[in-house]
Amino acid sequence: MINNLKVSAAPHLKARNMTVSAIMWQVVLAMVPAMLAAIFFFGIRSLALTAYAVVAAVLTEYIIQKLRGVPVTISDGSAVVTGILLAFNINVASPWWLPVIGSVFAIAIGKQVFGGLGHNLFNPALLGRAFLLASWPSLVTAHWTKTQPAFSMMFKSINGLNLSSLQNVPEAITSATPLAAVKSVRELAETNPDLAQQVMDRMASLDTISQLFIGNIGGVIGEVSALALLIGAAYMAFRYIISWRIPMSYILTVFLLTFAFGGLGGLFSASILLPFYHIFSGGLILGAFFMATDMVTSPVTKRGMLIFGIGAGVLTAVIRLWGGYPEGVSYSILLMNCCVPLIDRWTAPKPFGEVRK
Amino acid sequence: MGLKTFPGGVHSHDNKEYSRSAAIEPMPIPAKVYVHLSQHIGAPAKAIVKPGDEVLAGQKIAEAGGFVSIPMHAPISGKVTKIASYPHPAGTTGTAIEITGDGEDKWVELTDDSGYGCLEVDEMKKRISEAGICGMGGAGFPTHVKLSPPADKPIDTVILNGVECEPYLTADYRLMLEQPEAILEGLKLIMKIVGAKQGVIGIEANKPDCIKLLRNLTADDAAIRIDALKLKYPQGAEKQLIYACTKRKVPNKGGLPMAVGVVVQNVGTAIAVYEAIRYQKPLIKRVITVSGKIVKNPKNIKARIGTLYSELLDFCGGTTEDISKIISGGPMMGFAISDLDTPMVKGSSGLLLFNKKEAAKDAEHTCVRCGLCVEVCPMNLIPSLIVKNAKYQDWDLVEKYGVMDCMKCGSCSFICPAQIKLIQWIDIGKLEVGKRMRARTQLGKA
Repeated sequence: MINNLKVSAAPHLKARNMTVSAIMWQVVLAMVPAMLAAIFFFGIRSLALTAYAVVAAVLTEYIIQKLRGVPVTISDGSAVVTGILLAFNINVASPWWLPVIGSVFAIAIGKQVFGGLGHNLFNPALLGRAFLLASWPSLVTAHWTKTQPAFSMMFKSINGLNLSSLQNVPEAITSATPLAAVKSVRELAETNPDLAQQVMDRMASLDTISQLFIGNIGGVIGEVSALALLIGAAYMAFRYIISWRIPMSYILTVFLLTFAFGGLGGLFSASILLPFYHIFSGGLILGAFFMATDMVTSPVTKRGMLIFGIGAGVLTAVIRLWGGYPEGVSYSILLMNCCVPLIDRWTAPKPFGEVRK
Repeated sequence: MGLKTFPGGVHSHDNKEYSRSAAIEPMPIPAKVYVHLSQHIGAPAKAIVKPGDEVLAGQKIAEAGGFVSIPMHAPISGKVTKIASYPHPAGTTGTAIEITGDGEDKWVELTDDSGYGCLEVDEMKKRISEAGICGMGGAGFPTHVKLSPPADKPIDTVILNGVECEPYLTADYRLMLEQPEAILEGLKLIMKIVGAKQGVIGIEANKPDCIKLLRNLTADDAAIRIDALKLKYPQGAEKQLIYACTKRKVPNKGGLPMAVGVVVQNVGTAIAVYEAIRYQKPLIKRVITVSGKIVKNPKNIKARIGTLYSELLDFCGGTTEDISKIISGGPMMGFAISDLDTPMVKGSSGLLLFNKKEAAKDAEHTCVRCGLCVEVCPMNLIPSLIVKNAKYQDWDLVEKYGVMDCMKCGSCSFICPAQIKLIQWIDIGKLEVGKRMRARTQLGKA
């Protein structure tokens, strides 16, 4: 007779390193390149703000779990991920308390109120950002130029014309983020179509796009370098943490819509390079690979993931081209988060061998 | 080179290195064997001997309990000493006939029918059913039933399952290497019985030597094809194997391979079929893999049915560490049993021993909706949703989400980062939904 035998239902093997915390810490690892890029382009303050956010997120999770009398799970890394993503969504010139308040809101209202990891409907970090954006809009989006003048430098002059000296050129063009420039140029087109087209051509040039890709632009902390984000994303895809379905359908949708409607001369008047301008600027890469793919708040079915990505892509393009905000990634993802239960229900796959009726 | 496969599934380290190179070794005759009356799917066999009777090896000791049933034969010669309840490799208990050997291994007379290939189909089927053969891959469906499809379901293809996708197991691998001729003879006989024009042997790509050997042996036989299949679990599941080899999909909700003109048999079963038809030899031995990191000398053993697992392990020199888990069958679908003194049955393909670390399971986390279970499910189900509703005991939804289509391959539990015991919950769901389905049919009849 052997003592201490274990009996359990099959299977008796487990995939190695496949735990919730292993996944979360690998996501943290995948965000390291973007963090390094932020430090390089924005300075060490971006790291400090991220640290504030992470500490606030972890502490909030700890306190609430203590109060609720449930096991404390701060070591699973999920609060760390939320903290980093929250910080990635604010401006480096923000005061120190902004990421702290954002993280507290993200964890308390975005996650723990629903019952903790696995139960939340919205991506906590994005909910935190939406809260900050509604409460202190100027702090979240303003002062881009202070931190990153390089982008506006590119628009200082076009064809020898000093843009800032022109009266009817909105100041945004010379001092804004790449996506604010999209908005401005579309406004400009109504009064000065020729100049708007020139600016547009400049935006949709290989020169500009390569700058965007590497990260020589203004923006929030995490979205600065598409290249660094893609390195992290490739790691996650390689480790089966994210599937290609959401990011690819999301980005492809934005590509097609901005190509179709992004031009100033009507349908399909945009240069083929313009969609790349849209993809590599703003939070699209960050959102598509790191936030839309959040396991808890995205569909589980394969078709559902595609619908989620396409939906977020449509919303992003609509907000960017015609909406009141320059950037639409975070609201698009939050809006699609609400639809996830419905999408999952609609897209339940047909079992293997299901006979078509 | 594109290898044939199916959608979904998981990649696992195959752990076959422990026993891969161990040639099949016959085990000395055990002093006692315990022959279970229920070793198969269907009605249990009925004992036709009583304590005190002398039996020869190969003598029938229990007759089939119906059409979907098989007879049992004495694995050794000696005396019936008891008919009582013994532990069963499926983790339950069942009635078994205990035979105490006389140490002489006296057999019933076997024939050698040189004209076996020209026998009437009915005679072949009779010999198979008399030999007590059931599927040796694990499920144990009576073979003569599988080979008797109704006239309106013509069979054009016989597939032999040489995939052995369960990690650790190498019994079928050794059979293909050591007895390829017998396997091919068995395949030809099965093709003849069901009237199939084509024979396919599906083998996973981690057994290139078997693929090469069997391809050489069948080079000038246009009717037989050897398919190299991608190394992916559960490549050897019947429906997935059929899809990989023929691109045909067996209908769900209880559809059988014959609906798409296919019959699948395990390679070990093919050898048993060949021996039954040619020599009228009953199925009283099989090859079983005894393996695990802690097993001193992992082996592929040819042992008599009814041999105790404890004796198989002793034959392998025991273990180097304390045993924490005993698995009867493969690690993905096998049963964890609580008693090493359990006799092996005709479907016993493996005996695995795990140490404490290998047996440890992490605590369950809440589902984080990662969707990996959906990604890997070879039956295209949403395992997480079935399990969620099973936890809420909403059996209508459990049924609606296809719990009965699940074959319990375990891919979802294997991959789940939240350590949710999906198969355990699905098992509960199957039981409850099965009960309700039966109640509905009864209502319909009344």
